[in-house]
Amino acid sequence: MSKEYRGVWVFIEQNEGEIEGVSLELLGAGRKLADKLSVSLCGVLLGKDVKALCNQVISYGADEVYVIDHPVLEDYRTESYMKGVVLLAEKYRPEIFLYGATPNGKDLASAVATDLSTGLTADTTMLDVDLDKRLLEASRPAFGGNIMATILCKKHRPQMATVRPKVMKALEPDKDRQGVIIEENIELYEDDMRTKVLKVVKDVTKRANLADAHIIVCGGKGLGDQQNFSLIYELAEVVGASVGGTRDVVEAGWLPHELQIGQTGETVTPKIYFAVGISGAIQHVVGMKNSEIIIAINKDANAPIFDIATYGIVGDALEILPKLIQQFKEISTEKGGEISYA
Amino acid sequence: MHIVVCVKQVPDTKIIKINPKTNTLDRRSAPAILNPYDAHAVQEAVRMKRLIKEVYISVLSMGPPQANAIIKKSVEIGADEGYLISDRAFAGADTLATSYALSKALDKISSIRPIDMILCGKHAIDGDTGQVGPGIARRLDIPPVTNVIEVTELNEKEQTVVVKRKLSGGYQLLQIQMPCLLTVEKEINEIEYSPLPNMLKAARYEPVVWTVNDLGDVDLTQLGLKGSPTIVGKMFTPPKHDGGKRLEGSSDEQVRELIKCLLEEKKELFHVK
Repeated sequence: MSKEYRGVWVFIEQNEGEIEGVSLELLGAGRKLADKLSVSLCGVLLGKDVKALCNQVISYGADEVYVIDHPVLEDYRTESYMKGVVLLAEKYRPEIFLYGATPNGKDLASAVATDLSTGLTADTTMLDVDLDKRLLEASRPAFGGNIMATILCKKHRPQMATVRPKVMKALEPDKDRQGVIIEENIELYEDDMRTKVLKVVKDVTKRANLADAHIIVCGGKGLGDQQNFSLIYELAEVVGASVGGTRDVVEAGWLPHELQIGQTGETVTPKIYFAVGISGAIQHVVGMKNSEIIIAINKDANAPIFDIATYGIVGDALEILPKLIQQFKEISTEKGGEISYA
Repeated sequence: MHIVVCVKQVPDTKIIKINPKTNTLDRRSAPAILNPYDAHAVQEAVRMKRLIKEVYISVLSMGPPQANAIIKKSVEIGADEGYLISDRAFAGADTLATSYALSKALDKISSIRPIDMILCGKHAIDGDTGQVGPGIARRLDIPPVTNVIEVTELNEKEQTVVVKRKLSGGYQLLQIQMPCLLTVEKEINEIEYSPLPNMLKAARYEPVVWTVNDLGDVDLTQLGLKGSPTIVGKMFTPPKHDGGKRLEGSSDEQVRELIKCLLEEKKELFHVK
């Protein structure tokens, strides 16, 4: 069976002509898998007036780009995108098919997997292949525990996975890289669509706060209660940081969900990450471990967060934070200005 | 109008303990609850019922007999009827096999009372996949909309619903033809306190329980473990990091040391405007 299915595919998610970062990261990760399996890496690009993006997909590592350009595909909708992707997958039969674990990527992959009657692993953070069996090993944090589970899809093809943004690394783009562009036609009619896009509203502020922040101060349940959590905001204020929280904190209602960092929240990669009162459950760690400098403050000297911390302070956050805030304030007064990350 | 809400019983992750020896969950330690996102889905159906009176709310779950607890909970929030599909044949199902079993039950519910809308939580907090909702929609060939944060308009005459769908940086405003399936985020509503009559009704309520034989024409090879393309290959502890520098001394000394290190390593931090 698996002989008929060849190649590693990456769904290229684009919004108004701009490719999502996670798609470029997946081209980097997919390149490694394709090289191991000695097959081509292909990008799958759908949209309206998107042909110009093919060269960018190739420059980031693809050998081939399958493109469907159609007016009905202007905005993402499950029904139209799914139809295009299923058409391509049935015709060209990839063995592995990866999607970014974004709202659209997860939505699309779930629908496509159902139509193709194949397996789909959600929110993967590690990818590898078992070369002998040509099996994709898609690993993700297992629920709750400090443990990872590798999910396999032995008998069905393509093997599909959604992959967390900011976990894989994109390659340096190579403008001279050559590739093949394969254009596919599809019959789609706006009148047949049961979903109409009335408008798309952008709200970049919330996203910029966490995903693009240079400094993040993140608090966990170790702070004790919501009132103590205000110290997190104070520290963030003096160092010009964004505030985040763990799943526990969000579940407890101390913070809105969009400020949750971890497997089911945002993945962040700031220059400096303060982890305060956070034990370091894998669920949280996968969302922040690629930060440049990690500062952990926790009472429990054995907390796993210290294993990944650049600097660790074993102590009571309620005692440490006010001192830290005070010191940062003094420095900024000394220097006659605000602290911020240039 | 008939709304069916798909609900799942999950262990309460806020309370669950981890077995330090095996690093896995001690499921016995956690009480089983109605998946929080599903509770918001039931609440949203109740909100719609308040808007346009003629709404009948059913809930559907797949799980062991104990899962009738979350159906009672849904009745407490305001559901009119509850169905539980429970059979060993369903055990060990991944998302593909789960959406198959639920779609068969939905077919049967639909033959009793045609369905206009299906609501699901965005994902269940024990698996976090979010794949079952869109899977059901595909199997029933109805349009799915995931990550709904607001239902802004419900037009019974035109059989359309307008919703806001959350995106990475903003939202889409979509108009969908019913029947359709929506998966909801928590911000869609606030869970209300259940009125006393609902609580009394829930206390006495016994859900309709179906086994695989009650579902009619079902392909057994698509159910449970057998019908699941994905399996867990192995479990492992992620590679340990060495950890960095532990700062020492009194809390004052540690704070001073930290700031010194940051100043050396990240001079850009102290860029003065």
